[in-house]
Amino acid sequence: MSATVAVILALAIGTYAFRLVGPVLHGRVELPARVQELLSAGAVVLLVALLATGALTEGDGFAGWARPAGVLVGGALAWRRAPFMVVVLGAAATAAGLRAAGVA
Amino acid sequence: MRTTERTPNLSQLVRDASLFWLAGGVVGVSFGAIAVTGGLPVWVPVVMSLVVYAGSAQFSAVGVLLAGGGPVAAAAAGLLLNTRTAAFSLAVADIIGRGRLARFMGAHLVTDETVAFALAQPDPVRRRAAFWVSGTGLFVIWNAGVLAGALAGDALGDTATYGLDAAFPAVLLALVLPALREDTRIRRAALLGAAAALAVTPAVPAGVPVLLALTGLVLYGRGGAV
Repeated sequence: MSATVAVILALAIGTYAFRLVGPVLHGRVELPARVQELLSAGAVVLLVALLATGALTEGDGFAGWARPAGVLVGGALAWRRAPFMVVVLGAAATAAGLRAAGVA
Repeated sequence: MRTTERTPNLSQLVRDASLFWLAGGVVGVSFGAIAVTGGLPVWVPVVMSLVVYAGSAQFSAVGVLLAGGGPVAAAAAGLLLNTRTAAFSLAVADIIGRGRLARFMGAHLVTDETVAFALAQPDPVRRRAAFWVSGTGLFVIWNAGVLAGALAGDALGDTATYGLDAAFPAVLLALVLPALREDTRIRRAALLGAAAALAVTPAVPAGVPVLLALTGLVLYGRGGAV
């Protein structure tokens, strides 16, 4: 059990250290506007990569068709400026519906 | 909390955030249930969620533990996944605020969804309100979900039945779409980054593909908005 405690502690401390990087540096190091802009762009790039891998992959393989189809429907709804709720429910309902119909 | 007088559309923020809170809560329930049915005691997922508070890292660490991969591999898998939060914390440092307490508390609330939700707001006041409202709510609901799932154990079915695995990427997509729509340079960088991440996914450990996506930023610097 002490091994489990060590895993939790290592994860907690390491993760918190990563999360503190921004708030601790902020105000001490004056970042040029160009760098700040690059950081915002970097956050969007990370988020898009997360959603792309999250939509298409599971482990190191393909996630199956139902999930990306649901995400695609959600994306189309968002593109047409549908309310957030409609986007989320549309994505989930599409994936759930396809699975109920036997599509993996 | 923040002063509500300066946060326009608080109810709108709560309404928008409540959907990914709900989804987060359900994923939390499944995390608690998976950990306990896999043989871990109830306190492990519950404490881990409070102090680590990072869904994907928790899933992979518990997955490695349950598969008998050992504590070092479990911690390494989770930490690798969480390196991206350093980049996120830099991106939202200004949004979190400057007070000592705000910095130390806000840092713990930095998650993919909260960062995306905050950056999607149109002005600094609303970005700050969005970060704190969505971050606090998600923390409470995620942990409540994990506790409920750990106590319920395997009484729950497979959450994939409800299509929730599609809801999370869709939430992120809806949140980044405005930035992608209005800025050609970000769009090019993001598409290249996503392609790079997908290409290397089968070959590298979890967490690495998303970091490699940052190479997409080479396209960001070139030329003005087209």
